[in-house]
Amino acid sequence: MEKAALLETITALIPNAKVIEEGVDRPAIELPPAHLPEAAKLLHDTDDFAFDMLCAHTAIDRIDDGKFELIYQLYSTKFHHYLMLSVKVDREHPVVPSVSSVWRIAQWHEREVYDLFGVLYDNHPDLRRLFLEDDWQGHPLRKDYRDDFMLTME
Amino acid sequence: MSVKVKTLDDLTLPPPGADSPLSTQEYFINMGPQHPATHGVLRLLLRLDGENVREVIPVLGYIHRGIEKIGENSSYRQTIHLVDRLDYLSALMNNWVVSMVVERAAGIETNDRIEYIRTIMAELQRLQSHTLWWGVIGMDLGAFTPFLYGFRDREYATDIFEETIGARLTMNYIQPGGLMNDIHPNFVKRTKEFLEYLKPKIDEYDELVSGNAIIQKRLVNIGILSAEDAISFGTTGPVLRASGVPYDLRKIEPYGVYGKVEFDVAVGQAGDSWDRYIVRVMEMRESVKIIEQLIDNIPEGDYMTVKVAKAIKPPEGRYYGHLETARGVIGCFIVSDGKDKPYRFHLRTPNFNNLWCLTKIAKGWKIADLVAIASSLDIVIPDIDR
Amino acid sequence: MGIEQTAPAPGDSNSNFLLTTLDDVVSWARKNSLWPLTFGTSCCAIEMMMATGASRHDISRFGAEVVRATPRQADLLIVAGTIVKRMAPVLRRLYEQMAEPRYVIATGSCTISGGPFIYHSYTTLRGISDVVPVDVFVPGCPPRPEALFYGILTLQKLIQEEETIGKPGYRRKPVTAALPPNMSIDEIKEEMAKLLEQQAIVKDPLKGDSTEFMRGR
Repeated sequence: MEKAALLETITALIPNAKVIEEGVDRPAIELPPAHLPEAAKLLHDTDDFAFDMLCAHTAIDRIDDGKFELIYQLYSTKFHHYLMLSVKVDREHPVVPSVSSVWRIAQWHEREVYDLFGVLYDNHPDLRRLFLEDDWQGHPLRKDYRDDFMLTME
Repeated sequence: MSVKVKTLDDLTLPPPGADSPLSTQEYFINMGPQHPATHGVLRLLLRLDGENVREVIPVLGYIHRGIEKIGENSSYRQTIHLVDRLDYLSALMNNWVVSMVVERAAGIETNDRIEYIRTIMAELQRLQSHTLWWGVIGMDLGAFTPFLYGFRDREYATDIFEETIGARLTMNYIQPGGLMNDIHPNFVKRTKEFLEYLKPKIDEYDELVSGNAIIQKRLVNIGILSAEDAISFGTTGPVLRASGVPYDLRKIEPYGVYGKVEFDVAVGQAGDSWDRYIVRVMEMRESVKIIEQLIDNIPEGDYMTVKVAKAIKPPEGRYYGHLETARGVIGCFIVSDGKDKPYRFHLRTPNFNNLWCLTKIAKGWKIADLVAIASSLDIVIPDIDR
Repeated sequence: MGIEQTAPAPGDSNSNFLLTTLDDVVSWARKNSLWPLTFGTSCCAIEMMMATGASRHDISRFGAEVVRATPRQADLLIVAGTIVKRMAPVLRRLYEQMAEPRYVIATGSCTISGGPFIYHSYTTLRGISDVVPVDVFVPGCPPRPEALFYGILTLQKLIQEEETIGKPGYRRKPVTAALPPNMSIDEIKEEMAKLLEQQAIVKDPLKGDSTEFMRGR
């Protein structure tokens, strides 16, 4: 599906989705966190999209805005089209619904994001740290992370 | 009343997932982090019922170096050498994906010569990586000879790299806007010699290992990954293609000069360890085919299109690009805030997703099969941990 | 006081002929039968595999080809690759499990200083000498198999001079096995040949005299 047609169909089906125009290099929409699970299910199951693969999931620490921006890169092995999903959550209370029931790999991606950013996922079957020890203090990829061990170049 | 006669196989070989006829106590055993069959520092926590694997719990982080954090504090050129050390067997492809995203973000143009050399180098690296994997899977299945054969052939490709690039493993060769230096005058000649040398060797691989009855017993119908699961687990590369999904970025979204060459995408059917094995052997032949079509036609031109001393400052935005390494799709996600360092530098690495499917497909098999399955996934641990 | 004067100094070959020559024989046996432990964490592991397992770089020339997968059968720990905080206790435990006398070669920049991951990394150790005592550092990122061999030769030289039954508890400072600058390959080969000749304590039994064997070094 072409980019414009794809975005049109998605916004028609998911009314809360807002198309991101600037600063992206592929079709992108923004969603409020509360509507994430149903939108994910629609994107995965609807035959017109068939976004059956979650390529990547990560977070961006927008510390100046006080937000975490969560990025989901979706791909369809059927139609070969891409979609970037962006969800912004509050930095103080970062809780988002998990999409691991839709894409199973999300379980690990979400564990990674929890480990490095401290974003909490609701309904996640196994929310643990992925890379660091369970008693690690802090979340290292946050922009305000400080560590006695880490050497920094100022 | 009928009595069913059982054979010894019925007692000793329970079907996967079924309860063992001998009821034993379940227990946990640690495999790794220092274990010769996990190819590095992967730690697998196994829940076992006798020899049968009931559950695989991968424990990661034994080589988590924080490359994404370092990347956020490095300039765009400095991030190149970091990605060498992710999947060190696909170092050039890792260089390429970062260069590709940075080039697109900053609007840097490259020329035909650069793209030709990049493609040839990437395919050489794929050959080099697959020969190593072929040697290692032989070793994991208990045969040391393939290891010697695979490494012998790998050294030839390493010599070619060393002549042009100066490094054997961590290349740091493909840069945003071009290449580190031009190819060596001997490059074309030696690459052709290498291909002529390797072609009969791939047949030899087939004779030595692929047709071996023991190898087939250890791989055929072991660790089956269905196409649906493979997609849901986000696996890519030979693992996904072995399950029958013809997803190859070289074909679907041709980058470099892949659009100009003829080659087939190797696809398996059943998704078992054997298919993953044979897909890689087929890929070696395809790589030889690709290089043969390109090696005589490298056009003239500069090897670098931008001034190296000038800092790269892409405009604000979010950029994602990906390409096909020897193990699957590597994606690079760069968030720029207009400065000379990325605001966020994320890498989607193929092995991260490929390992995850081990938790599913190794269930119900023996520990020895787990080693064979893990080896058929061709995992590189620093790529997972980053 | 008198006792101190008459007691031979450890390792003094003039006053204690038999003991020192036995030392030499023991050291000679030790240095030529190093059993490395496979301990590769990242990129350097591939070059170590190239050096130890593969066919071109024949490590058995130096008597170190018996690569063991368990620390209990090994006496040479080649740390090949980055060590992070989480791996450090494992590395220490492996070292503790090895039989004495045990030696450590640290290959690659990461094991020396943290290498490319020295700044802004919250996990990478800046050198492993805090975790295990290192005998020889081999620089490179990753070092070539030849560099690893140079490291092994350096270690063999150290073993010859190091802790023995004559000199218990004696330990040298760690050494960096780097090729000196401004040298051609031929010069290195020449020097290597000279070095090997000096260190060869066993002459050909058919040609050489037996005293050469006993005298050592």
